[in-house]
Amino acid sequence: MNGWLQHLPILPVLLPLLAAALLLLPGESRRGTRAAMALTATLAQLAVAIILLGMADGRLDAAWPGDIAVYALGGWAPPFGIVLVVDRLAAVMLVLSAALALAALTYSLARWERAGTHYLPLFQLLLMGLNGAFLTGDLFNLFVFFEVLLAASYGLVLHGSGLGRVKAGMHYIVVNLLASLVFLIAAALIYGVTGTLNMAELAQRVAQLSGHERTLFDLGALLLGIVFLVKAAAWPLNFWLPSAYGAAAPPVAAVFAILTKVGVYGLLRFATLLQDVDAPAPFGGDWLFYCGLATIAAGTVGVLGTQKLVRVAGFLVIVSSGTLLAAFGFTGTTLTGPALYYLVSSVLASGAFFMVIEMAERGRTASADLLAVSFEAFGLQVKEASSEHPDEMGGVAIPAAMAFLGLAFFSCVLLLTGLPPFSGFVGKFALIAAAIAVPPAAPFLHTVLFGAALLLSGLAGVIALSRLGVRVFWDSERPTPRLQWLEAGPAAALVLLCTALAFGAGPAMNYFDATARSLYDTRAYVGAVLPAADTGATE
Amino acid sequence: MEVVLALAIGTLAGSGIYLLLRPRTFQLIMGLSLLGYAVNLFIFGMGRLQTGAPPVIDAVRGSDPALYADPVPQALVLTAIVIGFATTALFLVVLLASRGLSGTDHVDGREAENP
Repeated sequence: MNGWLQHLPILPVLLPLLAAALLLLPGESRRGTRAAMALTATLAQLAVAIILLGMADGRLDAAWPGDIAVYALGGWAPPFGIVLVVDRLAAVMLVLSAALALAALTYSLARWERAGTHYLPLFQLLLMGLNGAFLTGDLFNLFVFFEVLLAASYGLVLHGSGLGRVKAGMHYIVVNLLASLVFLIAAALIYGVTGTLNMAELAQRVAQLSGHERTLFDLGALLLGIVFLVKAAAWPLNFWLPSAYGAAAPPVAAVFAILTKVGVYGLLRFATLLQDVDAPAPFGGDWLFYCGLATIAAGTVGVLGTQKLVRVAGFLVIVSSGTLLAAFGFTGTTLTGPALYYLVSSVLASGAFFMVIEMAERGRTASADLLAVSFEAFGLQVKEASSEHPDEMGGVAIPAAMAFLGLAFFSCVLLLTGLPPFSGFVGKFALIAAAIAVPPAAPFLHTVLFGAALLLSGLAGVIALSRLGVRVFWDSERPTPRLQWLEAGPAAALVLLCTALAFGAGPAMNYFDATARSLYDTRAYVGAVLPAADTGATE
Repeated sequence: MEVVLALAIGTLAGSGIYLLLRPRTFQLIMGLSLLGYAVNLFIFGMGRLQTGAPPVIDAVRGSDPALYADPVPQALVLTAIVIGFATTALFLVVLLASRGLSGTDHVDGREAENP
């Protein structure tokens, strides 16, 4: 029994890789087979992620001693080989990405998958990159998984083709290629001075550096931080995001909701590993706090100034990133637990929101145009035009589709702006409560600024979304959109998941607080990865 | 040797950044490639410069690490080259698609209005 269970940590990387390869085998015309394969693979990933979560939290019998699982690839002992590390944070991110992916995949099977080729394999490769980035315990390996997920995301941004996507996609690709080069410089600098790429060993070695070596390391870490901030869409490094997310196909934009959080994850991971050695600027402290506030402000202005719903959703993603950065930069460590809760809730809600927007705007001309263009580009117009055009699309029209859409839209607005009764409110409330509770250490100004930024960005969201919502939903000129269960289901499921998160706020918050505690216990992480290190065997 | 390598990296990176800031997609891809070369050389340099030192241990030389070059940066460079190659090829496709769809090679997909 335990024999295969101890190989569980590698499955989130292997499963999607295998699925992506197998998905290339059946021809594009065998939709049923391919859909079944993709769904099975994603479901299996969700199952594995949930088991890992249970084990990391001690609910299930773990196949490894202690809280943190270390999987040495190929059996090479940690400082020499590459390791995968499963702790509470990695496990919860795995579950989050698998759940979001399952919803987005189901949604795209109804229609969007057919807007271009090789959607399903690219989707699986994106998942592989995501899972790998969350699991890896090696700096260079992190770069490789970043590249895997980025390469897949380049393909997905362009899914469906069309001028708008190619234009936005090109900007997105250039920014990320440049960021990758900076990542390489950072990794090389860090390796050059510390002589290791293993993240746990890195945390130990840094303490022994001094003089100009330490300066070089700080430079490397600084560059690394900048790369994570680009991925996390921190101001002023985020101008690519709204147009790229707005132009991407809706299910793609829905999974992309978690891509910015990979940058946040990287920041948090390195900030906690380097906390004992006085981490350089981007990883914490005032610098990150004000950067987060600026990001919230930029996102809020964008939310208010935009006329298109998809772009509003993109700016809301920026606001949520900014909130997380500000929370991590806040004095003390008590905000980390609530921030993680907020992260999960906001990712699920943004994912659902991108889907709901597309369904609600269906039948209004803009999105129909876009789809027509993509069908033209792939030469499907000739024989399938009548059956493939969205407005004539078959399938059961859900009665009262408008009522469902209105309800879903309304729930998403409440979730994203942080109004009761959903989990968005619980997250923001916990963040502000934690910020108020720490004042002895934190400057009063910070608490006020943080609270104000959270509340004002929420208010701006309500204003913008109600204004645009009125225009979309109370438009008497338009036909009622026709939905399929396959499309309505995933969006509803994500909203329900957020509701469950709100009702289970107690246990969930306990879990996230435990996550934060174990994150800041750097010694436990290092000890798990390098068991010999405790005895001072190095050097 | 250090000076030559540093100058080479600096020249490549400088030209790369200049080209990146130009408005044509072809200049962009050349800039990214040049920057890629600069970064690869930089990673290589992080393994310390040595001449005539192989990265793989052989029986004749013995096991003294001072006789060998650091193999890790070389492996990293190899990975970086492969990844850079793939992303450049992908970007080339996007570039051509953009040229085909918009009829211009400007990065914004349309020509800037002349004053």
